[in-house]
Amino acid sequence: MELDSSLTIILVCSLVAVSGAVLGTFLVLRRMAMLSDAISHSIVFGIAAGFLVFRSLDTVPMLISSGLTGLLTVMLTELVFKTRLVKEDAAVGLVFPALFSLGVVLITRYASDIHIDIDAALVGEVIWTPFDTITLGAWEISRALVTMAILTTINLAFIVIFYKELKLATFDAALAAALGFAPGIIHYALMGLLSVTAVGAFDAVGAILFIGFVIVPPAAAYLLTERLSPMIVVAAIIGVVGSVVGYQIALVIDASVSGCMVMTLGAIFLLTLIFAPNRGLLAGWRRRRRQKWEFAVQLLTMHLLTHEGQPEEGIESSVRALPEHLNWGADFTGQIVARARASGWIAQDGDRLRLTDGGRATARSLRMGAA
Amino acid sequence: MELGELLRQLVFDYTLRTIVLGCALLGIANGALGAFALLRRQSLIGDSLSHAALPGVCIAFLLAGETKNPLILLIGAAISGWLGSVLAAVITQNTRIKDDAAQGIVLATFFGTGYVLLSLIQSSAGAGQAGLDKYLFGSAASLIERDVQTIAVLSIVALSVLGWFYKEFKLLAFDGEFLASLGFPRRRLELLLTSLTVIVVVVGLQIVGVILMVAMLIAPAAAARQWTNRLSAMIGISMFVGAAAGVIGAVVSALEANTPTGPAIVLALTAMVIFSFAFGAERGLVWNALRARRNRRTALAHGSDAPVYAAGD
Repeated sequence: MELDSSLTIILVCSLVAVSGAVLGTFLVLRRMAMLSDAISHSIVFGIAAGFLVFRSLDTVPMLISSGLTGLLTVMLTELVFKTRLVKEDAAVGLVFPALFSLGVVLITRYASDIHIDIDAALVGEVIWTPFDTITLGAWEISRALVTMAILTTINLAFIVIFYKELKLATFDAALAAALGFAPGIIHYALMGLLSVTAVGAFDAVGAILFIGFVIVPPAAAYLLTERLSPMIVVAAIIGVVGSVVGYQIALVIDASVSGCMVMTLGAIFLLTLIFAPNRGLLAGWRRRRRQKWEFAVQLLTMHLLTHEGQPEEGIESSVRALPEHLNWGADFTGQIVARARASGWIAQDGDRLRLTDGGRATARSLRMGAA
Repeated sequence: MELGELLRQLVFDYTLRTIVLGCALLGIANGALGAFALLRRQSLIGDSLSHAALPGVCIAFLLAGETKNPLILLIGAAISGWLGSVLAAVITQNTRIKDDAAQGIVLATFFGTGYVLLSLIQSSAGAGQAGLDKYLFGSAASLIERDVQTIAVLSIVALSVLGWFYKEFKLLAFDGEFLASLGFPRRRLELLLTSLTVIVVVVGLQIVGVILMVAMLIAPAAAARQWTNRLSAMIGISMFVGAAAGVIGAVVSALEANTPTGPAIVLALTAMVIFSFAFGAERGLVWNALRARRNRRTALAHGSDAPVYAAGD
């Protein structure tokens, strides 16, 4: 028995998406998103070193050597950062290109006979995953599917078991340390899982798609949710939707599958960025506009209160004089007067504005607040 | 190859001279702009910009009727790299998503989109598509004199603008709030500095490729930072380090078969960074270790009579 190849591809990518969402949520919250970029590039060194040591390109030795390389990348980055000679961002940018270069030189000099296509490794050829199979009992299953299923199970188990510790270490590392939760161990466990998952995903979907799955869905989910567990779930859903839709697009336009999936994730993020209910660009723009209006209406009531019963009340409460006195545009003045009247705080007699009882009370409480 | 033979080739061999010159120019331009990226804690901007350039290269290639004219492709690359940096800025300024994730989003989605375009171009079998690959992995060996001229012109433009706005950029790097309080248009200056970075990154793409561009930009600055506390001196040293690494990388890859130029340059840069970390003036790790040992010895020798210094002495 074997699985349909389209289904296999979508399943593999969905598993990468779920793993990516689980790990990526913590990376995005801990401001370490670019470590996924660093790890997935320095894996080239892991592949080269692994081949030179084990003389094989089998899954298990590759997972070991590349997973170790991922940890090496994280440790070297921290070592460089801890010298305090450069900042953290620079440490990342110095370490992974060095390892990548070393990997490329090792491959071209000592292993040019092996087939490591850096191009395919970068973007992945998920399209081939259904044809590289292993036999499990009566089933002939894609190797990548088995690898990713195991990795996803490990990731989910880690998150479920250590959820409380991860949460605390992410949001308040100092408290976590004070309570004896060893945030350092949690950190390295997370990085180790990221490295191993990157290797598994690297083989199936390539580095760029892996980075896309780790960073983009959690970032979109960050704009849609306010709590940690919904953020992980929403990120996973976005990742899976991105794989399914991206795959269909790739079939229709006959282009790179991994590329189409990342592109779809990008489109989802862009829509979220613009339209997210509370944290999107549109929502922010509306909120600022409403605040501006609210402030202007309040200012108008206080202006009227200040001059109420004074000799200059006549001119100060004239609608025509407001643009000059409050430095407002004519259109804006009209809008604000209309809003203030709609709220029942002021009344208008011809050109004259006066406070209602409610408006006077509001302005007084505002003045108390200001003083 | 002997040193004398090498020098003779550097002067008389057209191919080697062109490659070395191109790499050196690239090192100089990136060294200067990298100093600002490093100080502004935007070291990874080189990574996101270089990835974000890919869709622009492909679109320019398609629009210009499958051209291989490097300038048109560079303009396409610069526009999409620039758009990527603007998008990252919009994300960080308007949402709670931090800079690292914003850079990652731009990097992955732009590159993915570019790769879709690249796969479309390749499957439509445009005869001239082979030239696009070098924007992914870089290919110094394919540099010709026209490329070097383009690199030279763009580098000079970028460095001239950098020099013209030096004082403003200096303030931007150290105290952006102060710059804004003086009435300078901070956001616009940031955009200008990023645009200059886009130019040098895009120029470097065809030599070292997408992945290694980040090191080309900041490694010279990270080395230079260890030798001085003055910005002008740091930029000077950074340009020198960049140029030296460019030359070393180009020469090594010419001498040793099977050693691609980009990785060779980056490994040369890494060696210089490690040397600078170890021996850099005052800050160097070796001096620190020696100082710590001397202090410990002094303390042990004096026992309880050890001179006690208050903080700040």
